[in-house]
Amino acid sequence: MVDLLQLRNVGKTFGEVSALHNVNFEVHPNEIVGLLGDNGAGKSTLVKLITGYHQPDAGGEMYWNGEKVDHLSVQRARDIGIEVVYQERALADKQSLWRNIFLGRELCNKWGLLDIKGMKSETQKLMQSLMGFTSSAITAESTVKTFSGGERQGVAITRALYFEAELVILDEPTMGLSLSETKKCLDFVNGVKAAGKSAIFIDHNIFHVYPVADRIVVLDRGTVAGQFMKDELTLQELIDRLYLVAQTGDLNAKGDK
Amino acid sequence: MSSIEETARPLSQTAQKSPLAKFARKYSLQIGIFSVAVVIWLLFLAGSPRTFLAPNIYAAFMSSTPYFALMAIPLTLVVITGEIDLSFPSVMAFGMTAFDVVLTTTGSVWLGFIACLLAGVLAGYLNGILVVKVGMPSLVATIGTQFFWRGAVMVITNGQGLGMAPTQKSILYPLLVGRIGGFVPMQFIWTIVVAIIVWFFLNRHKFGAHVFLTGDNMESAKLMGVNVGQTKILTFMVVGLAAAFAGFVVSLDVQFFWPTLGDGYLLNTLASVFLGGTSVFGGTGTIFGTFVACFIIGAINAGIVAAGMTGFWTSLIYGLIIVVSVSIQTVLGKRLG
Repeated sequence: MVDLLQLRNVGKTFGEVSALHNVNFEVHPNEIVGLLGDNGAGKSTLVKLITGYHQPDAGGEMYWNGEKVDHLSVQRARDIGIEVVYQERALADKQSLWRNIFLGRELCNKWGLLDIKGMKSETQKLMQSLMGFTSSAITAESTVKTFSGGERQGVAITRALYFEAELVILDEPTMGLSLSETKKCLDFVNGVKAAGKSAIFIDHNIFHVYPVADRIVVLDRGTVAGQFMKDELTLQELIDRLYLVAQTGDLNAKGDK
Repeated sequence: MSSIEETARPLSQTAQKSPLAKFARKYSLQIGIFSVAVVIWLLFLAGSPRTFLAPNIYAAFMSSTPYFALMAIPLTLVVITGEIDLSFPSVMAFGMTAFDVVLTTTGSVWLGFIACLLAGVLAGYLNGILVVKVGMPSLVATIGTQFFWRGAVMVITNGQGLGMAPTQKSILYPLLVGRIGGFVPMQFIWTIVVAIIVWFFLNRHKFGAHVFLTGDNMESAKLMGVNVGQTKILTFMVVGLAAAFAGFVVSLDVQFFWPTLGDGYLLNTLASVFLGGTSVFGGTGTIFGTFVACFIIGAINAGIVAAGMTGFWTSLIYGLIIVVSVSIQTVLGKRLG
């Protein structure tokens, strides 16, 4: 089976700082990959390479459905089916809800004329069916800055969902969310799986990642320290190994494997 | 795909509010500025009824307000993206210098007019490149180009003006600055046309959507694939084009091009944008607000003179308007944010 996404020997250097080096990483079709790693391990940089926000250093290669991708831009990444729910949500606070849902992908005709009616009615539909907004004060015209953390997350997730991405990347999606909002978020990841799509789920909290992921990849100091199928080890074993990585930079204790 | 929450919820309460309340909420900024305009007009009417009941003063408004309104309206776009352009007064003169050179060499008013507009676009493009590609703060970049273009104008013209008599035979003269029925100046019509075009692109076109997003949160816009740099460069080019056009209209109307053209337009143009409710922090603003504010500024100028104060007061009052309107924005922004 062809990988949905494959990175070969990818690196990223900012000035003299090497954020990522020799990263080999793949996502299979209909797979949820949990990406774990400490602060500064390079998780966010990896996401921004996959979404075309940063360009990888020369030598690294990226494949999408088996085809080589060069010079990926954010727009192109979204066009081929990669959507991201960013840690900082990537919303425009002073703009209306409908403008945020269609941020960067406005519905318009070939002359660039906006289909405002269409965008508003789609937003109205999404609010009822997907976002689960409990506050009755919110309309498609509401500005996003008045929203709660969970509502903002709902907007970001709905946006990723609406464009029917093949691959949804969630960058620390549970940060700052309440317990029930977190549950919604995890349900969403399960929904992606059920719909036959793939996701990369990045989080600090392994208690969130472990239950929903099929495979777990551990990033450490800018490179992939190791990976395992979830079935291979229990949550406790995973925790032990993460401690090990943090201390030694190696997933496996000496003599192990 | 499964949803985050299956239960559909009833639509909002605002949807059930009266349409009037909805309208008032949505257009509060526009209603506010319009009310200010009406109040000021009534004040002037009460203060000097003889001046403000005569039609002459309105003919004067319609002829001189477009000089800066033609620039304030597109400048609104630049301010919404969170940038500023201070170079447009010099670009007015730079465009006319291009006209001057082309007219003297070819003798064609039309070629001169096109050269004038192209020079404006070029000057705007340079501002855009300095801000987006070089990464200079727009405040500094456009102060630099303001002096640069003024200097270029002085060097090229050697400080000499140009009589515009040859333009009177051209169709451009009645088309741009003629008087409809001997009363309504054409530049007023063009100001309305420009306002409608800019309003359309800001509110009904992808370009305008990107203008708002760029000014609101540049990082979010970039993350979601908006070409932030291109959007900014385009807004600067539009202002450059508008400044050259305004310079042409002014010179045509007064039938002379002075190399100092543009002096005295900086304050009233900026004051119009900020008084019109466009946020100095970017992300919000309306064309209607700027349009009405231009006429408030124009009226204040006339009002000062009508009230018997000297012209020295205008600068003081424009400065005050900028400081007060931006203060109000800032305070309101903090409270609401």
